[in-house]
Parts: sequence; C-alpha cells; structure tokens
Amino acid sequence: MFEITDQPLSLEPVVNAVKKSSSGAIATFLGVVRERTRGRMVRYLEYDAYREMAVPKMREIADEIRRKWEVDEIAMLHRIGHLQVGEASVAIAVSAPHRHQALAACAYAIDRLKETVPIWKKEVWTDGEEWVGPPT
Amino acid sequence: MRVRVRCFAAVREIVGTGELVVDLPEGSTLTQLVDQVRGQFPRLEGLVSSLLFSVNREYAPFDKKLAPGDEVALIPPVSGGGHV
Repeated sequence: MFEITDQPLSLEPVVNAVKKSSSGAIATFLGVVRERTRGRMVRYLEYDAYREMAVPKMREIADEIRRKWEVDEIAMLHRIGHLQVGEASVAIAVSAPHRHQALAACAYAIDRLKETVPIWKKEVWTDGEEWVGPPT
Repeated sequence: MRVRVRCFAAVREIVGTGELVVDLPEGSTLTQLVDQVRGQFPRLEGLVSSLLFSVNREYAPFDKKLAPGDEVALIPPVSGGGHV
C-alpha cells in the first residue's frame, strides 16, 4: 500500500496491509503535527504533493529497503491538505520475520521519504507562514 | 515545441497556477525552460537556486534535453529535513 490521501490517517490500515503469517514483527511510524516549531506556535499545516511522482518514489524506497533488509511487506500513507496540530501526516508500517529488520527498515523509510518524495508543507503560524524545506 | 510544467508549494503560489504550458525551441534543455519561466515570473528568482527538476516524473539534471509533450516539474525542497 503506497498512497497519498486527503483523508485522516491512522496506523490501522498500514498495519493491516503488512500483516503476514511469516512476520514476527511489525514496526510502525506515525508523523504528527507538532504545536511548536522553531519557537513559533503552529496554527495548522498545509501539505501539497506531486501525486503522480510521489507514489512511484515511495515504491522505489520500498525496493531500496528490500535490497537492504529481509522484510515481508511495506506500507506508506501520506496525507495532504489542511492538518491541525495533533493530526497524523504520515503513517508507515514494515513487517519482517524479526524485529531488528522491521525497526531498521521503518526508520529508513521515513528518512528516505523526507529526502526523495515530492511532498511539501506550509507552516502557518500565529504570526506568519512559510513553505518549509530541509535545512541546506 | 510545447512542454507541460507542473508547479508545487511555493512555486505554485508565485506562478498562481498548478500547471503552465511553455513553448520552447526544439532541442531546448531544462536550463532554457527555467530561464523562460523565471523571466515570466521574476519572483521565482530567489527560489531558483534551491529547486530540483523532474522530467516525466524522474529527477533530472539541468542539461536534460526536453521533447515535445514532456511533463516537467519545478520541485522546491521537499517537506522533511530536520523539522519533524
């Protein structure tokens, strides 16, 4: 499961998508909107995505993971649109026979997603707004 | 030749639309496309040095040659980095 959605996210669909009888572990990551960022109070975030490229880039990350670790299944969901503080923006689950592979692959998945998947967020603060990219 | 240019995030706000159609001489590269678009939208100037580009949904270098009907995207730095 690799999707961009404008609907609220939870871990349940990604966990269900990676369940396999060969798995002994499912590692998950849920990214949520934080109230305070670099000293400013967040009112809400606005996410934008290049959907037609974002989903193939998620699949490429899954391929990278399969070359590095023995895993069973990988699922990634990213929400776009208007998100309030506390809402989930990204949900990832990785199943594997053993926990170490699942945990390492899940951490890799979120790090790579932030590097290569064309999704952007606008932080709207109580006193301004900005499209945010990585520190360069 | 005509190419489609998809615009996102800060670029979309400056350009005022999610998609442009740009007319270029045959054999043009991404560099020439970018020069044309920044000429049309001078407010992109501050952003151009941080942009990445894709052609037909794959990241591409500045010297990539374009073909009629290509889908180019102007890609600001993606959302992650150290902030989340």
